[in-house]
Amino acid sequence: MAVPVAFFAIFFAYPVAAIVGRGLKAGGSWHWGRFGDVLSRPDIGQVLWFTTWQAAVSTALTLLIALPGAYVFARFEFPGKQLLRAVVTVPFVLPTVVVGTAFLALLGRGGLLDELWGVRADTTVWAILLAHVFFNYAVVVRTVGGLWAQLDPRQEEAARVLGAGRFAAWWRVTLPALGPAVAAAALMVFLFTFTSFGIVQILGGPAYSTLEVEIYRQTAQLLDLPTAAVLTMVQFGAVGAILALHAWTVRRRETALKLVDPAQTVRRPRGAGQWTLLVGVLGTVVLLILLPLGVLIERSLDGPAGYGFDYYRALRSVEASGGTFLVPPLEAVWNSLRYALTATVIALVVGGLAAAALTRRAGRLVRGFDALLMLPLGVSAVTVGFGFLITLDEPPLDLRASWILVPLAQALVGVPFVVRIMLPVLRAVDGRLREAAAVLGASPLRAWREVDLPMVRRAVLVAAGFAFAVSLGEFGATVFIARPDRPTLPVAVARLLGRPGDLNYGQAMALSTVLMVVCAVSLLVLERIRTDRSGEF
Amino acid sequence: MALLTLEDVTVRFGRRAALDAVDLRIAEHEIVCVLGPSGSGKSTLLRVVAGLQPPDSGRVLLEDADQAGIPVHRRGVGLMFQDHQLFPQRDVGGNVAFGLRIRGESRGEQRRRVTELLDLVGLPGAERRAVAALSGGEQQRVALARALAPRPRLLMLDEPLGQLDRSLRERLVVELRGVFAQLGTTVLAVTHDQGEAFALADRVVVMRDGRVAQTGTPVEVWQRPASAFVARFLGFDNVVPATVRGDVADTPWGKVPVPADSPQGPRTLLVRPAGVRLGAPEDGLRCTVGARTFRGSHVAVLLRPTDGPEVEAECALRDVPDEGATVGISFAAEDVVVLAETEEAAAPTGGNGAD
Repeated sequence: MAVPVAFFAIFFAYPVAAIVGRGLKAGGSWHWGRFGDVLSRPDIGQVLWFTTWQAAVSTALTLLIALPGAYVFARFEFPGKQLLRAVVTVPFVLPTVVVGTAFLALLGRGGLLDELWGVRADTTVWAILLAHVFFNYAVVVRTVGGLWAQLDPRQEEAARVLGAGRFAAWWRVTLPALGPAVAAAALMVFLFTFTSFGIVQILGGPAYSTLEVEIYRQTAQLLDLPTAAVLTMVQFGAVGAILALHAWTVRRRETALKLVDPAQTVRRPRGAGQWTLLVGVLGTVVLLILLPLGVLIERSLDGPAGYGFDYYRALRSVEASGGTFLVPPLEAVWNSLRYALTATVIALVVGGLAAAALTRRAGRLVRGFDALLMLPLGVSAVTVGFGFLITLDEPPLDLRASWILVPLAQALVGVPFVVRIMLPVLRAVDGRLREAAAVLGASPLRAWREVDLPMVRRAVLVAAGFAFAVSLGEFGATVFIARPDRPTLPVAVARLLGRPGDLNYGQAMALSTVLMVVCAVSLLVLERIRTDRSGEF
Repeated sequence: MALLTLEDVTVRFGRRAALDAVDLRIAEHEIVCVLGPSGSGKSTLLRVVAGLQPPDSGRVLLEDADQAGIPVHRRGVGLMFQDHQLFPQRDVGGNVAFGLRIRGESRGEQRRRVTELLDLVGLPGAERRAVAALSGGEQQRVALARALAPRPRLLMLDEPLGQLDRSLRERLVVELRGVFAQLGTTVLAVTHDQGEAFALADRVVVMRDGRVAQTGTPVEVWQRPASAFVARFLGFDNVVPATVRGDVADTPWGKVPVPADSPQGPRTLLVRPAGVRLGAPEDGLRCTVGARTFRGSHVAVLLRPTDGPEVEAECALRDVPDEGATVGISFAAEDVVVLAETEEAAAPTGGNGAD
């Protein structure tokens, strides 16, 4: 437990505290009055209001669209289901930058809808909401669907036999059982959309700004640290509250539900109603998820001289890419892979140790630590990135010039995923299997190696994949600390999008496609490994 | 020399004592069955011997060596868990060979022994089968083979046949006894099923609330339960307070003959159903015939006397009276047992090991 605690203290708490301190402290004293000053500004008020309502609406929309999907994936058997489940998960591990770019290609200037009907929806709130639904569809399908598939259908049948109608049975039996899972998923979605950065940054235009985007603007563009610090604290408080609620619902979800093997509950759809539902869900998936990704790929190939790999070729050299970079943009691929691999190793070690510690012990303190581990998911990545810059620049920890800074920041985001995935599996290892091994003569270490390790190996692989994908797509912190001659893929995409011209735009699409393919491939590999429990994601 | 000795072993969970000053000795090659209702401390007993649960006080000795401070994996005992706890990621052969592998036996020796044991438990050639694909009875056999493979000096079984259906259980219990006799294994088993215990064991230990209520051979325990608790646990319901004077006892059913040399004074009386004779209404205690339960070779008949508690009688099939009929009953002295006077006085009689 010491290693994860130290890791979080040095690379999370310290930088964040330093940034906040720098913003709120002047001349050796704290200026809490700045809270009032900042929060009473009308522009900040607007940001707060927008952040909250767009998160609420995004969450509601996601639930509305994804719950039928959760049902279909949980209960119906249809060809291509495995593949489709992997496909809907792709957006979740996609870097937000790619999501933003994909929707820009669909809805933006010169986008597909613009060409066909002259409709443009970028810089509108609809683009943001849609992108959020796209991004979080898998969260609901996985969290709720995973439980739904294991609910014993005979419970509902028992209610039907007792005289409840089809809807009444669902409403009184299934929904209460699903309730905590739905609440947990909704809170996760709310958390992700509340702290949304890359998507709003790309699609929002100047009119729309979430807290996170505003923190970035105040820090990087206006250099107004006091305001940024106040906003960071506000976001911190909100995220803390959401996480506390989430922890509470998850704990409730662990209460006794009679679960069965998912294989027993699936069947082919029957009757017109069920087929309509299935087709509806498949249609939604195609429109909502495949279309934006497809358009992204199409745009990346649609060069000045017709379809071809022009933009991809342009990525190979500094001159051809238009001089946006000091190095050929394609090098960002190797940078990203190297960083993400390192970050994955760090996240696995830290997260694995934390999960092991959480399994062995119980109590209030440990539960608090559990919730603390989730904080990096919600605390302003921008703050973390900037905090790295100002705190890790002096001995004994002078890492500013070191490449390890980027993987460290990325690992911070990966750790919560590792913990969430490992924890249920570690907890599920029956202590008596270890006892059985001990009685047969295995020492405690040997018993761990013989019993725990083989069962956990799969979870480790899955966790590694998630940490890898998340690290690959990390944007908020990386954008601060990645050196200009060592950009990562998301940073390079954002920089290309920030420049005018078809060449830059096309290259951004091409690079996003590359990033998407890397993420999707790692995810598809995971989907093969992961056959059973869905953990909490 | 006793193979296993428990001296005054106590285990407390909070304020409740799961084991309360238990003494027990098991001789080599002996098969001992601990019998008791759930919550009587049976499983805790096994866990203490295996070293999975440290005793709060008292000593556990294996071959006269105190086991305090010796970890589970060095005790050289085998334990078959209630729900088998087969390793799901290993096949049948891998499970059975586990203990041998840990002890560093050669691969050839492992293979030979696995084959031998799978033959013994009636699953020849099952080495490559997946554990998940086994039926309950097969898992049972694999768990047994796994526990036997390292030749433990003491094999412990926790509800060995608990989850199996009745016919399979009856067959397996006979097979188990055969296997143990063949190998000369010393066995300590716990179960809540008296049939299982009596069929398997050389000696039965009845437990109640963490204490030993009675120990003896199956026949002894069956014929002379030490207390009303043991009698009721064995399924006898004809248990009433009584005052014994000479060869007769005063009971709520009137005078009941007791065997000669029975302890005198206020006591508890057990009348086995077989000792209840049915006759004409005017002979003996008048009763109305209540529920009748068919038990294969005989019928258990519940009788309601005009006065006093209900009586269970055992009838041959052809003599069964109709429900609602009136009969008169009398009691046969040889099926009447005078128990200890009160529950508390039925002090634990454990500790008299086999000789």
